[in-house]
Amino acid sequence: MATVAERPERAITDERLVRLWETRPGLLGKLGTVDHKEIGIRYIITAFAFFLLAGIEALLMRVQLAVPENTFLSPDAYNAFFTMHGTTMVFLFATPIQSGIANYVVPLLTGSRDMAFPRLNQFSYWVFVLAGLFMYASFPLGQVPAGGWFNYVPLTSATYSPGPGIDFWGLGLIFLTISTTAGAINFIVSIFKLRAPGMTINRMPLFLWNMVVTSFMVIFALPALTAANVLLELDRKFGMHFYDPTGGGSPLLWQHLFWIFGHPDVYIIFLPAIGMVSTVVPVFARRPIIGYTAIALATVATGVIGFGVWVHHMFATGLAPLSLAFFGVASFMITIPTAVQIFAWLATILHGRPVWRTPFLYVLAFFFDFIIGGISGVMFGVVPFDWQVTDTYFVVAHFHYVLIGGAVFPIFAGLHYWLPKMTGRMIDERLGWLAFGLIFGGFNLTFFPMHITGLLGMPRRYYTYPPNMGWDGLNLLETIGAFILALGVLVFMWSVLHSLLHGEPAGDNPWHASTLEWQTTSPPPPYNFRSIPTVHSRDPGWELQYSDETAQYGDETLSRARETLGTTLHDARPEELWAMPEDSGWPLVLALALAVTFVGLLGGFLWLAALGLAAVLVATVGWLWPTQMKVVPL
Amino acid sequence: MSAVPAPYAYPRGAEMEGSHATGWWGMVLLIVTEASLFACLLFSYFYLRATVPAWPPVGIDKPDLTLPLPMTAILLLSSVAYWWGERGVRDDRIGQLELGLGISFLLGASFLTLQAIEYSHKTFAPQTNAYGSLFFTITGLHGSHVLVGLIMNAVVQVRTWLGHFTARRHLAIQNVGLYWHFVDAVWLFVFASLYLSPHLL
Repeated sequence: MATVAERPERAITDERLVRLWETRPGLLGKLGTVDHKEIGIRYIITAFAFFLLAGIEALLMRVQLAVPENTFLSPDAYNAFFTMHGTTMVFLFATPIQSGIANYVVPLLTGSRDMAFPRLNQFSYWVFVLAGLFMYASFPLGQVPAGGWFNYVPLTSATYSPGPGIDFWGLGLIFLTISTTAGAINFIVSIFKLRAPGMTINRMPLFLWNMVVTSFMVIFALPALTAANVLLELDRKFGMHFYDPTGGGSPLLWQHLFWIFGHPDVYIIFLPAIGMVSTVVPVFARRPIIGYTAIALATVATGVIGFGVWVHHMFATGLAPLSLAFFGVASFMITIPTAVQIFAWLATILHGRPVWRTPFLYVLAFFFDFIIGGISGVMFGVVPFDWQVTDTYFVVAHFHYVLIGGAVFPIFAGLHYWLPKMTGRMIDERLGWLAFGLIFGGFNLTFFPMHITGLLGMPRRYYTYPPNMGWDGLNLLETIGAFILALGVLVFMWSVLHSLLHGEPAGDNPWHASTLEWQTTSPPPPYNFRSIPTVHSRDPGWELQYSDETAQYGDETLSRARETLGTTLHDARPEELWAMPEDSGWPLVLALALAVTFVGLLGGFLWLAALGLAAVLVATVGWLWPTQMKVVPL
Repeated sequence: MSAVPAPYAYPRGAEMEGSHATGWWGMVLLIVTEASLFACLLFSYFYLRATVPAWPPVGIDKPDLTLPLPMTAILLLSSVAYWWGERGVRDDRIGQLELGLGISFLLGASFLTLQAIEYSHKTFAPQTNAYGSLFFTITGLHGSHVLVGLIMNAVVQVRTWLGHFTARRHLAIQNVGLYWHFVDAVWLFVFASLYLSPHLL
């Protein structure tokens, strides 16, 4: 490979590209940056902060439940904590941290200079932060929502939940949905249109398949959540009757709308995570993945069937037996594509030569715990069993095995895998193993006993329980486990800090991985790749002939202006050059204008909401007004 | 790999049309998610309707079609006008574009005016019962989409006067057109569900 010293024109190209793509220094530069890597890292840090908040809430609940008839938390505080714990984990941690990781890696995986809509990307981040702050503003104001993370009416109607607590929740989620939807559109178009030449649809890294399917699920499912919340707020604030049976409404409508969103949302959380599994498995098994096509198609199948199972959350509501049977069968069916993927991963590992590094450990933990969660999940498809255990700790155990085993472990695998790319430094393996051991052990100690307490009849969401029910010892064990898990998270944070300060330099490709993000420096330059790579197979980094020289276009490629290459959807043939926007302040202005609107709605100041909407209009037009493209003379 | 032409031989992005353009994809996906929102609201309409014996509830007449029928025609004509204007810009006939956008705008605005008149004739309010809540929420949400479409139309009209569009570059015209046709198509579903179905079913 020719070095820069041998090819001085490359240094000139790099210098031109830096001038075109680097973020301006100073606060204004930071606020206006559209660099997907900076935005991705911010997403990850912010989502992790919410993860810590949710963890503190969980620990407070576990302290309360450690012994029977404890008075550590009041019933109201306990309700607020379980509501915000679930809400934070689902909406402010699980989806945003995966958006953050995807934000960082998708343009690198596709070999492009940025996302398809860089300013929209910045906007998604600001809306996420502001919506999170909006919901958490309920704490200092002492009006914390306490309706549970699925917020059932009639408990959450104006009659039974007066005060603004539920409105923080409902309006906050409508606000947040804007961020998630914009992000999903951005991912789809980036993956469809900005893939490197030659990266045909059947050569895309599997993580991109997962992101496309997830993003389509977001686009179809999130409107149901928005609709549910809009109707709820109209009931609460304007005296309408959607959920009010005395006015011809129905509380079950909330449950339908919520779960039409809610069950697909399980897959919206799960699919990017298993995309990370599909990424990590072949790299650490040291061979190409087995069953690429089967895994890709299974992902699509999961995305489709995921919309047909929502009623299994409502088996106890007295629906007709035929609909119970239909949704019970659909719930069994969705295990098939998941099993296909698990067998493909296992086959890859069996036929490979596994390298036992930290990311791989989290993948193994995923197999172990997700399969337990999957098996308890299939049990709910049996309607009479569902009736027996619904609203008990068995359900709590199940969904923590699915969400922590199925999503959080892969997220930790992904973080360990990609952090060296982001920071340029390796994480110490001993600290990695230690954090893994504590997290894995603590998790199982916390949640496995909940299966038993659930079968013994312990109901979820009660702030305390009487002694002598046979639940005492198990609950104490769970609390101890929760603190071990928390200690593991602290060790993980220490290991990241340690790697930033003292970590070994990562080099371009420390894992000897095959995908494009590892074929540039760690961390990558602002423009990602000097020249857009050309792809000839699913594993470009493992091709013998791969070198800097295969970048087809030579050193002058796309260094005249802020541009990236658009390709055709299916075959990734080069099609057009896309001018990419400069850094911009409009996305932040638009996000703030929306925040003003939502604060106005929350406080009942309609003039403020109208003012916010006017600002939204101005910011949108300002954003979209065409600007002259900056060209750096050759 | 076969020979790839030199990169600067490719067209610039904003000159691409339809499904080649990232902006087109952005608009189409926005429309898909908005369509899903309307589908959820119409699901709510039929769900609540199925839980009561009489629809509309006792004391409320079946929806009067005297205004909604011409409103439907007006909205469809505005789509035709927009389409005609867009055909103009493709052949660099900017005058036809200006006229098409203008007619489309006026028809859309008269739709909203008629909707306001129709609202004033209603004997029930959003707070009366679930039927009223559904009626005003769904038609109101659609009306607000018409308003957004009119604002978008106004912006591209100003840009037309400023000479921003040519036969080669008019993606914004296409995208606003997609949105406008979508708003009209949604009205057909709203009209069929809220106005026609109580007479038919």
